[in-house]
Amino acid sequence: MTSTPLSGTAGGLRLTLDGVSLGRPGAPVLTGLDLDVTPGEILTVVGPSGCGKSTLLRTLAGLLPPLDGSVTQDGTRLHGPGAERSLVFQEDALLPWRTVRGNVELPLAIAGTSRAERRAHAERWLDRVGLTGRGTAWPHRLSGGQRQRVQLARALAARPRALLMDEPFGALDARTRAQMQDLLVDVLTGTGATVLFVTHDVDEALFLGDRVALIGAGRLLDVSTVPHPRDRSARTRPETAALRRDILDSLST
Amino acid sequence: MTSPSDTTTPPARTAEADVPDRAPRSDEPESRTPKSRGTESKSRAPNSRTPAARYALRALSLLVALGLWQVLTAYDVAVWLRFGQFPTVTDVASAFGARLTGGGPYWQDLADSLTRIVTGFLLAAVLGVATGTALARSRVAADVLGPLVEVLRPVPAIALVPVAILLFPSNEQGIVFITCAAAFFPVTVATRHAVRALNPVWEEAVRTLGGGRSRLLFSVLLPGALPGVLGGLSTGVGVSWICVISAEMISGEYGVGYRTWQDYTVVDYPGVFVGMVTIGLLGWLTSTAVEVLGRRLTRWLPRTEGAARA
Repeated sequence: MTSTPLSGTAGGLRLTLDGVSLGRPGAPVLTGLDLDVTPGEILTVVGPSGCGKSTLLRTLAGLLPPLDGSVTQDGTRLHGPGAERSLVFQEDALLPWRTVRGNVELPLAIAGTSRAERRAHAERWLDRVGLTGRGTAWPHRLSGGQRQRVQLARALAARPRALLMDEPFGALDARTRAQMQDLLVDVLTGTGATVLFVTHDVDEALFLGDRVALIGAGRLLDVSTVPHPRDRSARTRPETAALRRDILDSLST
Repeated sequence: MTSPSDTTTPPARTAEADVPDRAPRSDEPESRTPKSRGTESKSRAPNSRTPAARYALRALSLLVALGLWQVLTAYDVAVWLRFGQFPTVTDVASAFGARLTGGGPYWQDLADSLTRIVTGFLLAAVLGVATGTALARSRVAADVLGPLVEVLRPVPAIALVPVAILLFPSNEQGIVFITCAAAFFPVTVATRHAVRALNPVWEEAVRTLGGGRSRLLFSVLLPGALPGVLGGLSTGVGVSWICVISAEMISGEYGVGYRTWQDYTVVDYPGVFVGMVTIGLLGWLTSTAVEVLGRRLTRWLPRTEGAARA
């Protein structure tokens, strides 16, 4: 694998769920789910806690087989996890016995990149997420926000075609969270990766997403197109405010 | 050991700035505030000493014990406990000196015992980590090996002497077998628990990055279980010593345990004590080696400053 450019040109994956039921055997949390995530889009998923957002993401990651229906990527059925779909966790999922750089190098090592190359590549990714010079630190020396930056770098280092994010900024304070959203938008440019971003924060969903999927009561309630994605000033525009009100209304019922 | 800062820092700062991993609420560049020297020296905790003072205290502790021993034995004290037949410290010291300078036999015994314990213990470490990991991760292994391990575990390794005599062509191999059996169970059990207790998110992270089974084993299971495994290794090296010495006493040809028992049978009590001191020092040496190695391998563990130095 050649890794000179940070961003790949492989393009995003199309992820399709067709009549899917998810959850533990005997206790489905989501049923009759039809969803088509188009290549390269950012689809945000909102819903109350416990509605099955994370279950949906774990299924797409390949960690959890669907109970029913079919889950496909570019038309072929999913079989377990794969490097082309990387998952960013809400909790700290860095390996504490690897340095910051060691964590970012991990997917490259798995892909068989040479030692020198993965080191240089990881350093560039750390620069990109604003952690220049922290490569040799142990993860526990970093703050929560910094660790999520490392997770982001690790998830993107091997140029996945889909990025699955499970409330990655959920545990951060408001200011850090906004910084991380901007950082995410920045690092995604040029990757072409399809992004599925789960959050319980409607504003976050409306800022990041091209489309917003709304989940509640064990099913997919609605998928709406966001009028002005990734535009902070759009928050006050009437069409965004209307969509925001609609979503909040659906969530509260 | 409590560090000076623990007792003198205001609680508010300790909670926020010094422990970023406990308070993951800020994206600020990490701010490890330097310890405020002023307050530290002013209200110094009574148990915070310089390293030199602590080593002096440790040496003093040993010296006082030796002094007490000397007094009790030199004056043949007999207050219910009888020290009349007991060799004095000076007797033991001169016997020790004679052995150390006496060339061959003492060093031969030392080398024999060390070879046996290192061989047995290393075998036990490898087998124990492998078995413990298999027990924790594979249902087949848990069903096939689990009952065997549970049934054999309560049998004291030294009770395996008859088995060793029946099984192995030479005493040497039998002793290594017993030493290995002694350390095997603590290592196995510690590994099994440590592997089971791993945070599943690490495994899921590596799997979603495309990692396969061997990657999981070497990048997640083994390094993640290491802190727990080290506990088993420490216990293991201790029981290994007990068993290598006992086995040498029963069936050995040479070795510190054999020599100690020989000295006893010829009523050379200072010699017996030389053996005991030797065993004590060797045990201390090997457990320190395990400890130091363990600390080097787990530098990544979050530690409070000061707690790392024992």
